[in-house]
Amino acid sequence: MKKDNCTEEVYQKVRTICANHHNDSGELITILHQCQDILGYLPREIQEIVAEQLNIPVARVYGVVTFYSYFTMEPKGKYPISVCMGTACYVRGSERILEEFQRQLGIKVGETTEDGLFSLNCLRCVGACGLAPVVTIGSKVYGRLTADKVRDILSDYYLKEK
Amino acid sequence: MALPIIASFQDLEKVQKKCAADFALRELSDRPQGISAEEIKELTKEGYEQYVLCCGGTGCHASQSAEIIKRFEDAINENGLEKKIKVIRTGCFGFCEQGPIVQIRPDNTFYVHVTPDDVKEIVTEHLIGGNKVKRLLYVLPATGEHMPDSKHMPFYKQQVRIALRNCGSIDPENINEYIARKGYAALAKVLTMKPEDVIQTIIDAGLRGRGGGGFPTGQKWKITREVQATKKYVVCNADEGDPGAFMDRSILEGDPHSIIEAMAINGYCTGADHGLIYIRAEYPLAIHRLEVAIAQARECHLLGKNIFGTDFSFDIELRYGAGAFVCGEETALIRSMEGKRGEPYVKPPFPSVRGYKDAPTNVNNVETFANICPIILNGSKWFSSIGTEKSHGTKVFALAGKVNNVGLIEVPMGTTLRQVIFDIGGGIKGGKKFKAVQTGGPSGGCLTEKHLDTPIDYDNLIAAGSMMGSGGMIVMDEDNCMVSVAKFYLDFTVEESCGKCSPCRIGNKRLYEILDKITKGEGTMEDIDNLENLARVIKDTALCGLGQTSPNPVLSTIDNFRDEYIAHVKDHRCPAHQCRALTQYIIDPTKCKGCTACARKCPVSAIKGEVKVPHVIDPQVCIRCGNCKNSCKFGAITIQ
Repeated sequence: MKKDNCTEEVYQKVRTICANHHNDSGELITILHQCQDILGYLPREIQEIVAEQLNIPVARVYGVVTFYSYFTMEPKGKYPISVCMGTACYVRGSERILEEFQRQLGIKVGETTEDGLFSLNCLRCVGACGLAPVVTIGSKVYGRLTADKVRDILSDYYLKEK
Repeated sequence: MALPIIASFQDLEKVQKKCAADFALRELSDRPQGISAEEIKELTKEGYEQYVLCCGGTGCHASQSAEIIKRFEDAINENGLEKKIKVIRTGCFGFCEQGPIVQIRPDNTFYVHVTPDDVKEIVTEHLIGGNKVKRLLYVLPATGEHMPDSKHMPFYKQQVRIALRNCGSIDPENINEYIARKGYAALAKVLTMKPEDVIQTIIDAGLRGRGGGGFPTGQKWKITREVQATKKYVVCNADEGDPGAFMDRSILEGDPHSIIEAMAINGYCTGADHGLIYIRAEYPLAIHRLEVAIAQARECHLLGKNIFGTDFSFDIELRYGAGAFVCGEETALIRSMEGKRGEPYVKPPFPSVRGYKDAPTNVNNVETFANICPIILNGSKWFSSIGTEKSHGTKVFALAGKVNNVGLIEVPMGTTLRQVIFDIGGGIKGGKKFKAVQTGGPSGGCLTEKHLDTPIDYDNLIAAGSMMGSGGMIVMDEDNCMVSVAKFYLDFTVEESCGKCSPCRIGNKRLYEILDKITKGEGTMEDIDNLENLARVIKDTALCGLGQTSPNPVLSTIDNFRDEYIAHVKDHRCPAHQCRALTQYIIDPTKCKGCTACARKCPVSAIKGEVKVPHVIDPQVCIRCGNCKNSCKFGAITIQ
């Protein structure tokens, strides 16, 4: 899957992004943000090109990518699910909801389903604490969730795919 | 939208006068005595007659507020009222629990839980017909009374809004609205003063850093000013990583210009011409509003070269965080802005002396900056008259968790926790019993019943074993297990520790493991002692603020809820019935009617039984999700 994505066209985009920031290594994080927007993740190949363009070791790029939780080296599902594990959501039961998603999808946090439809992640507070507990799927926000609604939400997406 | 070019102090005055006239009707509705019929007549002669203010903050945005705004505009156009009624998308009103919120001015009607389908009714009944839509008004839970306007709502009555002064009142994407409310007047005033005098005003006001540390803001500015250097930087710390705190986001979304103006003031005082805002990438809406605001300020010549025709030049750029809690710590933040891993370094030298790219860098938090302009305009005496002896002004709190009125509030320092949680917050959800309130996020502690009457300020909270932090306030009820809460925070710290120093990297991991053991019922009394000892060692030896404060949730829960720890260890019992290994769901056969509701809700088919025969839960299969208990209409399912 990774290899198919990394075409010469993608590499060229990465080089352009680096050039737009004058190949300045001080702009590494901004550059990585923009690079992640291309494919939705940062495979090793992209990191290597960034390192080459900025004239820094790949280890430094990798060090930054793995340090920050916003960057990911795994491709995300078509419908990325993020369960908010901020304190406000936690005290209103988000742990149960996360478990239910794991059970229904048969994957753990950070993984993607085999059909590539869903990936599951936790995030720390989207700031919509009034709607706690909150789950986002893509850009859609589901508020005031309970564990027994999880199955229905997922089946809506499965229906859409049929 | 063509924006005015403001090249001198006189220009600002002219623009302000013009914008203020357009704003007057909305502004007047804030007046305690209200508006007379004559005034309304005079004001509405040329301007709008009514305003519809819709919340466009993240919370309400997630509940379709964009669609609501569109429907309002369509309905108003359909009725040919676009010259009489104006729809404005504002920042956060603060009352997130009741969102999406729509406020009608000048009569201050406050509609809650509005859906797009309600819009037509509000337009025909209220805006045209003049009758409030009763079913959408806020209902006071205590009395069942419908609140006709926001002025009488207990949620707003006790608040004093300084940092949030414009949130929910202005359109954050329109600089004219900010200017109408004396925007950029503080910058204009400052540019006629000596920088030393401005700094002295901030020192006299007694403003302390609102990001958590509480360092005197004026002193910080003074240190940065006194360092000799050719290049200096102003940094706004908008890396709001404390889960459950969202005040910085709301200020940036609702009033971005107040931050831009305050940063420029800081630049003038410290001798910096370059500002950077370090903001979380998780806040797309706040980033968008900032980008719009910076572009508009540049277009008006309020950012850039020779501001107001003086020698002072200043500009701002954005830097994005990438999801690392430790980057809220100022030295880690600086590393991150330099494109590196966000690992803190040993202070001194402080960033004010040597920071971004080794230049003196003044780092302040969003809420701190939001207080600057009112202090300049109203004077240090005004500010220091609010609050307690050592903590002046107000503090914004993000009230969340098991409280009725989740939202963003701003109260004078010295307000008690009881006032915040019970008067403004409306008490505990579902009539349950208050157990604890967690302040200061992962660095803070839990406060209990006995602390409820403590006046909130920096020093009192530290004395009580917690801290102010950025202002997250998470309320917990009897169903929350305090050992689990401590474990939750440690899980967070373990994940967010940068790994540079061993007390934090290894020590917190061990704390987590011990807590995990206790929640599984495998702990010993020695474990509790070990927790306390290890926590103290980490506090004393960790490198940065994150590590030094990370054991606070453990220490404060042991201090205040030792019984609960002992119950887990000695009785293998979780008093709050939250710890899975220590709880069991049981069906009372005398109450069960065999309706099968629970069996159908059980996700793992752990419930067996014939129709009309009492059911039984298989504890080996049960995952303790609680669905069965919630679905039982006969109260037959209990937790043990």
